[in-house]
Amino acid sequence: MKLVVAIIKPFKLDEVRQALTAIGVHGMTVTEVKGYGRQKGHTEIYRGAEYVVNFLPKLRIEIAVPAEIADKAVEVITEHARTGKIGDGKIFVTPIDRALRIRTGETDADAL
Amino acid sequence: MRALSHRAARSAAAIATATIFSATPAFAATSGINAADTAWMTVATALVLMMTIPGLALFYSGMVRKKNVLATMAQSLAAVTVISILWVAFGYSLAFVGNGPWLGTLNRWFLEGLTMDSVNPAAKTIPEALFMLYQMTFAIITVALVAGSVADRMRFSAYLLFSVTWFMFVYVPLAHWVWGGGFLGSMGVLDFAGGLVVHLSAGAGGLVAAMVVGRRHGYGFENLSPFDLSLAVVGTGLLWVGWFGFNGGSALAANSRAVMAIVATHLAACAGALTWGAIEWSKRRKPSVLGMISGAVAGLGTITPASGFVEPWHGIVIGIVAGAICYWACTWLKLRFKYDDSLDVFGVHGIGGMTGTLLAGLFATAAIGGTSGLFEGHPQQLLIQLYGVAVTLVWSGGVTYALLKLVGALVPLRVSAEQELEGLDISQHGEALQ
Repeated sequence: MKLVVAIIKPFKLDEVRQALTAIGVHGMTVTEVKGYGRQKGHTEIYRGAEYVVNFLPKLRIEIAVPAEIADKAVEVITEHARTGKIGDGKIFVTPIDRALRIRTGETDADAL
Repeated sequence: MRALSHRAARSAAAIATATIFSATPAFAATSGINAADTAWMTVATALVLMMTIPGLALFYSGMVRKKNVLATMAQSLAAVTVISILWVAFGYSLAFVGNGPWLGTLNRWFLEGLTMDSVNPAAKTIPEALFMLYQMTFAIITVALVAGSVADRMRFSAYLLFSVTWFMFVYVPLAHWVWGGGFLGSMGVLDFAGGLVVHLSAGAGGLVAAMVVGRRHGYGFENLSPFDLSLAVVGTGLLWVGWFGFNGGSALAANSRAVMAIVATHLAACAGALTWGAIEWSKRRKPSVLGMISGAVAGLGTITPASGFVEPWHGIVIGIVAGAICYWACTWLKLRFKYDDSLDVFGVHGIGGMTGTLLAGLFATAAIGGTSGLFEGHPQQLLIQLYGVAVTLVWSGGVTYALLKLVGALVPLRVSAEQELEGLDISQHGEALQ
């Protein structure tokens, strides 16, 4: 089992979600986050006060998938989250030790 | 025979009706209370109270950081609750009852002697209780305005003590001097709705408070950006509409003068917003929403003292001047002298009130308010206005300084550094926005 974590631009969420559903990934957790990499922030001015804002809004998507389809999931996310401009995001894949469905008690592969 | 009796019956009915519905002779002699004026002034009173809650509460809170939003609203709430009681206890009496040059009397303490029929000589066509209540809403908002300068860092207990004493020693005397029969009004200072009494006094007091209490932690290097400017926009709308009661109601009657004042007021708000927006567009490539609402409030504050004395179209000119000069005060002046007047009470209300009072000395026309200004051949009016400005600046600034030192000796004015980091909502009120 693998945990695929993707940081993407917020407006790409629907496209990525639909694409993942199409390959059999039927659940995800999404968080609103702030971050930066190579994309520069912007300046905000409130009356006399100027603030440089480095952090940009992003979405963090987490999906737990069987190891066999982890690579496919990464490929699908990459294809649908890409705009070609700086700030498209990153994907990280980490192993999952255990998984459990709370309602039924199913474990590991049956919980995904 | 029938025609005659019909006519007689009609006359009898008319006389009976007139007798039933007219005031009894005794009533008419003691008070000329007029339903139209009373109705309008009641509405105006409600409009001005709305300017503080929720108008100012939203305007200010939207501009502070999330961790201080509730505490900022608490300051407006506190102003309403505390000042209302004090006004009834002695504020109204000392400000508006009795014609001494410096202060009124305590004849109406706790409204003693105020009856259904009594009127204040300043507003003979409305019940005295209404005049008292209307003036109360002005006292409330003036006190609430000052808090903006020390946003994000003033201890609630110190704020309460400071507000009570500031009301007693700055607002009440000043209201008496300009409006209650005191020396500034008698020498001809024109302040229709509070350029001096409300805006300049709050602005000067705020500036001194900002300097005495000190800058916010992180000022100049941390991101102190507004929590939610949409709250501030809503607040501006409530202030703007409420100002129809603030300036229009200062005519103390439902008449043309009130309407002229409202037209001038509205135009000044529009011109102020457009001017500030235009300046930002040209200097910063984008007109900001904060800039437009600030310009509107600048226009409103600046037209306030002049609104009942100038032609309605003068509101446009005054609004343009307001937008420009207050923009300058909130950007260049504040940065040059490095004071943290957090919500620009001095930059908008102080400078605006001062400017408007002087512009009244230029633009006043006898056709509207019975007095002429410089442009109508009465240049002395400008000097009289200048005198009023100087007295207000010195009195408000000086007394504010003394009061802060006094209050500060009893209770620290500022919250501690940890409390400031944690936020006033949690540290002062035990609450938080989720």
